[in-house]
Amino acid sequence: MRTVAVVGASLAGLSAARSLRKRGYDGRLVLIGDEPHRPYDRPPLSKEFLTGAVGEADLALERDDEDLAAEWVLGTRATGLERTERAIRLADGSRMRADGVVLATGAAARTLPGSEGLAGVHVLRTLDDARALRDELARGGRLVVIGGGFIGAEVASTAYALGLDVTVVEAAPTPLAGPLGEVMGGIVSALHADHGVRLLCGVGVKGLSGERRVDAVLLEDGRGVPADTVVVGVGARPCVDWLEGSGVELDNGVKCGADGRTSLAGVVAVGDCANWYDPYTGTHRRVEHWTGALERPDAAVATLLAYGATEPGVPRPPYFWSDQYGVKIQFVGHAAGADSVTVEDGATDDRSFLAVYRRAGRPVAVLGMNQPRLFTRWRKQLTAAAP
Amino acid sequence: MMIPACRLADLPRGEAHRLDIDPPVSVFHTDDGELFAIDDTCTHQDASLADGWLEGCEVECPLHASKFDLRTGAVDAPPAKLPVRTHEVVVEDGMIYVRVSTRAPNLPPCVASRLAKGPA
Ligand SMILES: Cc1cc2nc3c(=O)[nH]c(=O)nc-3n(C[C@H](O)[C@H](O)[C@H](O)COP(=O)(O)OP(=O)(O)OC[C@H]3O[C@@H](n4cnc5c(N)ncnc54)[C@H](O)[C@@H]3O)c2cc1C
Ligand code: FES
Repeated sequence: MRTVAVVGASLAGLSAARSLRKRGYDGRLVLIGDEPHRPYDRPPLSKEFLTGAVGEADLALERDDEDLAAEWVLGTRATGLERTERAIRLADGSRMRADGVVLATGAAARTLPGSEGLAGVHVLRTLDDARALRDELARGGRLVVIGGGFIGAEVASTAYALGLDVTVVEAAPTPLAGPLGEVMGGIVSALHADHGVRLLCGVGVKGLSGERRVDAVLLEDGRGVPADTVVVGVGARPCVDWLEGSGVELDNGVKCGADGRTSLAGVVAVGDCANWYDPYTGTHRRVEHWTGALERPDAAVATLLAYGATEPGVPRPPYFWSDQYGVKIQFVGHAAGADSVTVEDGATDDRSFLAVYRRAGRPVAVLGMNQPRLFTRWRKQLTAAAP
Repeated sequence: MMIPACRLADLPRGEAHRLDIDPPVSVFHTDDGELFAIDDTCTHQDASLADGWLEGCEVECPLHASKFDLRTGAVDAPPAKLPVRTHEVVVEDGMIYVRVSTRAPNLPPCVASRLAKGPA
């Protein structure tokens, strides 16, 4: 293999590049990214970066002394992949042939139809998004967050700390019920009320009002919530449009095996754009978490370098964290298949506890609030018990 | 400075013991029976590495998965970028002692600023 191209220069792309070098690949390595920035860390964008506690230099994912001997093609979008020559077409009209391709284009924030061109309306995915939102939040006033998922909740928590008047609107009856289940979703989202942040659940958003700048969020029940700033936190969609017609099978992202292999030889997918086969559940899952984007590229790179002749190791169960209102939330495993959830330590009222999800008596997921030590032990146990 | 940590018999393999000095230091007893001491605070944010995941000669931070090598203090991958200090461990008469390094620690910004302000 003489040339490997990594498309998407963020956490998963960087991890793949590192893994290639660590595994002894010494050929040409090209990283292509449509953002002008070197790889940076996204989690702080909804947390410390918005408050100003960390600056742009702190977001860098690379170490100062790090040199991957790679060519960086930044600020340039990949627009197509030609299957026969595994050539990548770029927006500047150029074309690059590669022996191996790592797809790491991540996901993009979903927007609210009809909000285009209205000032004061934000999404949060990129550094540029975060810069704009940070400047807006610094003006204070009333913030309405549409979507009570993790990003929405973190923005609400950060804005509350900055002294804004915050309302969260969530279409589902309970926020976070998808990832955490009804009961625990309710307990975690009770953090909003603890801090006087209004949470309106079970009501959809009809639209936004305002001439040039947003002034209210209109709800489907006819209410209007006055707003100076709106953050739309309604999830992300995988950035795979550019792969249409390439022969790479797409289905909620790039469909791939547990080892990252796609339907095209010599092409693997990693990170938020990848819909991995999950041996735990026997289904494909797109896991949009930081730790997966960091760890799983190594398996995909091993597949790529071995021309597919590897047995994938069993990945650790998916893990993520969130920080809201000063509380550390950690979750590992799969809540979806659970038939019971019990609090094993601490008390939910104290917002310091550990809860275990079980299926037919066997632990399948663990949630911790402010319990890093116990959580780590349970995470170990869950990993050891995995198939 | 030699600081007594705990009795060797009280620190099972696979466990860590944190010394509440400033900044805190932790002693790790690996599954292979080796002892190591490193700064307890992750260099990324305020997390205790004694709460982390010990595997071989590495401890994984309990929050964001950066791994530190107990032998060298080196960190493997982001989000942490700086190593932790390592300290010498001495066992005498069944007691574990730590000789704390005189180098400057790499504390995360949030902790460093708190320490700079002095005790609250
Ligand atoms: C605000 C925020 C907070 C988060 N907080 C947490 C948290 O607390 N805990 C947690 O576990 N996870 C968190 N996450 C999720 C985590 O950041 C993601 O899972 C991770 O960034 C995924 O990495 P990735 O490299 O797969 O994708 P991305 O980080 O999305 O990177 C993909 C890159 O590819 C580029 N790209 C897209 N299309 C093209 C193209 N056609 N050509 C070239 N380049 C392209 C994109 O511009 C982008 O730079 C958070 C995410 C956000 C946005
Ligand atoms: S606090 Fe240790 S990796 Fe983030």
